[in-house]
Amino acid sequence: MKEITVEARTESIPVVTDFVNEQLEAIGCPIRAQMQIDVAIDELFANIALYAYETQKGTATVQVETVSDPPSVAVTFIDSGIPFNPLTKEDPDTTLSAGDRQVGGLGIFLVKKTMDDVTYRYEDGKNILQIRKNLTA
Amino acid sequence: MNITKTLDKNVLTIALEGRLDTMTAPQLEEELKNSMEEADLLVIDLEKLDYMSSAGLRVLLSAQKQMAGRGGMKVTHVNDIIMEIFEVTGFVDILTIE
Repeated sequence: MKEITVEARTESIPVVTDFVNEQLEAIGCPIRAQMQIDVAIDELFANIALYAYETQKGTATVQVETVSDPPSVAVTFIDSGIPFNPLTKEDPDTTLSAGDRQVGGLGIFLVKKTMDDVTYRYEDGKNILQIRKNLTA
Repeated sequence: MNITKTLDKNVLTIALEGRLDTMTAPQLEEELKNSMEEADLLVIDLEKLDYMSSAGLRVLLSAQKQMAGRGGMKVTHVNDIIMEIFEVTGFVDILTIE
């Protein structure tokens, strides 16, 4: 397992993305899965950066690990901010016309749809959100 | 992300290259704000765009709404990864994709 700890601000997103991509390339992750994971990082880390610590400073840790059964990669986001489970958010209505569309909630919905598994737990004062993507087609 | 802007008669083409995400979406928003007025038709060319997140979808939706009363907006050269994002979020029904 490899991990990186950075300041919880949007400026850290490219740093986290590069770090995760390095690990994904090392295990031969298909490019399509890699880009979907990159999108998930943008959604999830942006949430942490914008909301976890409100106006205060804080850090977030991102871990990357491979899982063998089924062959998959797991990326875990850990912050010590206010307890928040993004998975309880109601899915947006994706059938509305442009004029009626609300864009809130689209990010986490996208993550749920493109990842094979998304789990959240709150433990020892930490938000722990894990995404898992299968590496087989 | 790189943005290349071309205005041909009243057709404004904005070509994007790289990633359209939380950090780069404000760049596109700003560019559109500054140049959309000149156009009757807006073309967003995604040929060299790797992917977009919801931050990018948000900007596209807002541009789509603003262009609706005029010549409209279309999105071209959408790759598989971005097309899946449009499908999952229902944006395939909102956008004109060519």
